[in-house]
Amino acid sequence: MTDALVNIPETATPGEIIEIKLLISHPMETGFRPRSDGSLVPRDIITSVRCLYGGETVLEVDLNPAISANPFLVFHLRADRSDEIALEWTDWGGVVHREARQITVA
Amino acid sequence: MKRGGVAALAVLLTGPAQADERRSGFDYMGPETQLMQTDDMANPGMLAVQAGMRLWQETAGDAERSCESCHGDAEKSMRGVAARYPAYDATAQSAVDVAGRVNLCRTRHQGAEPLPQEDADLLALVSLIGLQSRGLPVMPDPDPQMSQWRSRGADLFDRRMGQLNLSCAQCHDDNAGGHLGSAPIPQAHPTGYPIYRLEWQEMGSLQRRLRGCLSGVRSDPWPYGSDAYVAIEAYLMQRAAGMPMETPAVRP
Amino acid sequence: MTLTRRAAIAIGLGAPLVLLTRPALASPETMNAAIAEFTDGRSVQEGRITLDIPVLVENGNSVPMTVEVDSPMTPEDHVTEIAVFNERNPLPDVVRFRPSPALGLARFQTRIRLGDTQKITAIARLSDGTLWSAAMTVIVTAPACIES
Repeated sequence: MTDALVNIPETATPGEIIEIKLLISHPMETGFRPRSDGSLVPRDIITSVRCLYGGETVLEVDLNPAISANPFLVFHLRADRSDEIALEWTDWGGVVHREARQITVA
Repeated sequence: MKRGGVAALAVLLTGPAQADERRSGFDYMGPETQLMQTDDMANPGMLAVQAGMRLWQETAGDAERSCESCHGDAEKSMRGVAARYPAYDATAQSAVDVAGRVNLCRTRHQGAEPLPQEDADLLALVSLIGLQSRGLPVMPDPDPQMSQWRSRGADLFDRRMGQLNLSCAQCHDDNAGGHLGSAPIPQAHPTGYPIYRLEWQEMGSLQRRLRGCLSGVRSDPWPYGSDAYVAIEAYLMQRAAGMPMETPAVRP
Repeated sequence: MTLTRRAAIAIGLGAPLVLLTRPALASPETMNAAIAEFTDGRSVQEGRITLDIPVLVENGNSVPMTVEVDSPMTPEDHVTEIAVFNERNPLPDVVRFRPSPALGLARFQTRIRLGDTQKITAIARLSDGTLWSAAMTVIVTAPACIES
């Protein structure tokens, strides 16, 4: 299982711009790092992160080896309705990991 | 301001840091790295804590017991524990660090194999335990048996080692507040271990950090798990008595 | 005794092996090629986007970066994509953000790796097709006592 810390406010006022934080436990192995025998440690990175608000994609992020180990992402979202906010990230093997929270907007 | 203070300190320091001049390595970091430590949502060490909380509740070994089976809620039972380690274990007749204590629990009470040094699960459990002392002052174990460990640690700290023939004290007492290359030399207070070190890009123990220093002076590091590391930690924690714990700290 | 300059330099020498085994680096040329692909030959103006990175960083493994575009983020007028490029890592691409107007604010923060002191360029594409850029040079210093 992948550890991740997800910070999404549980409540907001209509139209409020909320802050969302995501910290994923992952080495972000670049594929450029040599072992002692000169061979390279194979690349193993999170390739993309997506945010969905009520099932609608509101942000896509493409990650590269230049993103630090344990990727950290902070962005904002205009909360205009009570709905599910989901974060999905795809690893090097194509597996999609998902964390979702419900926000109440009133 | 801060830079001026550090420079002044370097000029004033001629021997071991005075009690009121002790400073955590945190104080030598840039504001961005400080924020990475103090914001739990930005601190990768909190990922280890989260993993540690899961492991705390998982059974391990033949006894099919978890840490929680005996110790209950870590947030209550582990409060202040890391702040008094290393501590003396009468059965083992040895000082043990927190990782050593976890492994003693595994072998004595869980019927499980000890976890290797720097194993991610071990670091996660030690991070969880360490977090329960965050903000509390370092309070060294009062067991009289600890004094010989501390004096051995002090001897090692002052001993010149390696091809560079340098002691720990020559950097971290005599030149604390100065620079090695562009990096500030801290006073070596181990109040935040396990740490997330940007250089490592992962969590690591004080033993790993000390090995880095030993390699730095061109000395062969002692093997992982060596008593010498526990002795140095015992000395350094005595030296840091009263300073607040920071686990999980972030360092460059 | 004090730490001699020679001893300090010798300790610093823990690192050079890493330098010798480094892969081929990107260059200003490869960065420019990556930028040209992103902009598709259209002109780029300076402004509207700001790039916030500490000028001097303690470790290139983890460099905080915030990029923000001055945009109302409405369906009629918003940012469609932000791309960040570097000139001296092995690959010129750092990160890309594709926001929808629903975000309400085009500000993104992450942590990036910089293998060396180098120039970072961020370019935003707006919904009207215009392109805006910002660039800055970041100085990367090395930590002490790197593990060999």
